[in-house]
Amino acid sequence: MVNLIWALMAIVGILYAMLNGTMDDVNKAIIESANEAVTLSIGLISILVFWLGVMKIAEAAGILKLITKLLRPLIIKIFPDIPKDHPAMGYILSNFTANFFGLGNAATPLGIKAMQEMKNLSNSDTASRSMITFLAINTSSLTLIPTTVIAIRMQYNSVSPTEIVGTTLIASIAGVTSAVLIDRYYYNKESRRK
Amino acid sequence: MSWMTTISVWIIPCFLLIVLVTASWKKLPSYELFVEGGKEGVKLAFSLLPFLVGMIVAITILRSSGALDALIGLLTPVLTFIGVPPEVLPLALIRPISGTAALGMTAELIQTYGPDSFIGRLASTMQGSTDTTLYILTIYFGAVGIKKMRYALKVGLLADLVGIIVAIIIVSIVFG
Repeated sequence: MVNLIWALMAIVGILYAMLNGTMDDVNKAIIESANEAVTLSIGLISILVFWLGVMKIAEAAGILKLITKLLRPLIIKIFPDIPKDHPAMGYILSNFTANFFGLGNAATPLGIKAMQEMKNLSNSDTASRSMITFLAINTSSLTLIPTTVIAIRMQYNSVSPTEIVGTTLIASIAGVTSAVLIDRYYYNKESRRK
Repeated sequence: MSWMTTISVWIIPCFLLIVLVTASWKKLPSYELFVEGGKEGVKLAFSLLPFLVGMIVAITILRSSGALDALIGLLTPVLTFIGVPPEVLPLALIRPISGTAALGMTAELIQTYGPDSFIGRLASTMQGSTDTTLYILTIYFGAVGIKKMRYALKVGLLADLVGIIVAIIIVSIVFG
């Protein structure tokens, strides 16, 4: 789908330029924007190095483990189908914690492990209730500090690159809460039908 | 809503303080750990580069040709009526489909309208507050061989919609 959207944006743009005489602008835009994107990516290095460096210390200092422990009682309530001491619970918690601190690369393998453990519980190729809840929470991305967005804002000379941290946090808390509620709604609806 | 801006300014330094105090107290080699983690940051930034070049070039072609403005112009009456700034519609539509594509669009919006404009702040908030539903669904269900996903897609997309609506409301309240 992304391939189609991507190609269509360029195709529609070039065709539109043919008909409206804006080819000059398009031609200039192609070269300049490629250059711009490279500068932007290089600029991302600063904050990504800083954040991943700090997170490495946080991990070694046991801060991630502490957050995992604090989240546990809440997560047990959200996943009633998983036995409390099942390994799935551990992977789910580590996945959420990694996502919360913006460690997407670490979160994905943990998430896959969590799914495998949940599949061992359900033993079928149909998504279980816990799997859907897990996905719903993952897709609404609860992140403490949106590092790449801050980096992009820095690149374009924002007066306050981090001013969006508060609004982002509120919007993602609302997203996660509604994900859990919407998930409950559809689960109840489906169970009633049976 | 000045407390919100205060949180935004304090959160990173305070987090850094907690991390460094804990690490020093536990006698960890904090500088060495920092450098080790930082190396991953370099790799990550370079791996994003081709995605950003591809997406930013495509969206810039669409914008500079005038087609994007024409499209937004068509949709403006409807979108303003329901309170959605038309400029962020493409971002809202692509956010659940591709994370890197959305990142490229966010960058382009911030560049075009400025990071401290309403659109720039809204795009920043939207990019940070939801994740790529279709990608996560494909990766996680694909990895463990789930064939029937039941109501998972519906839940994911509806949650994205709520996230985007909340982003618009909260950015209007705080920065409006």
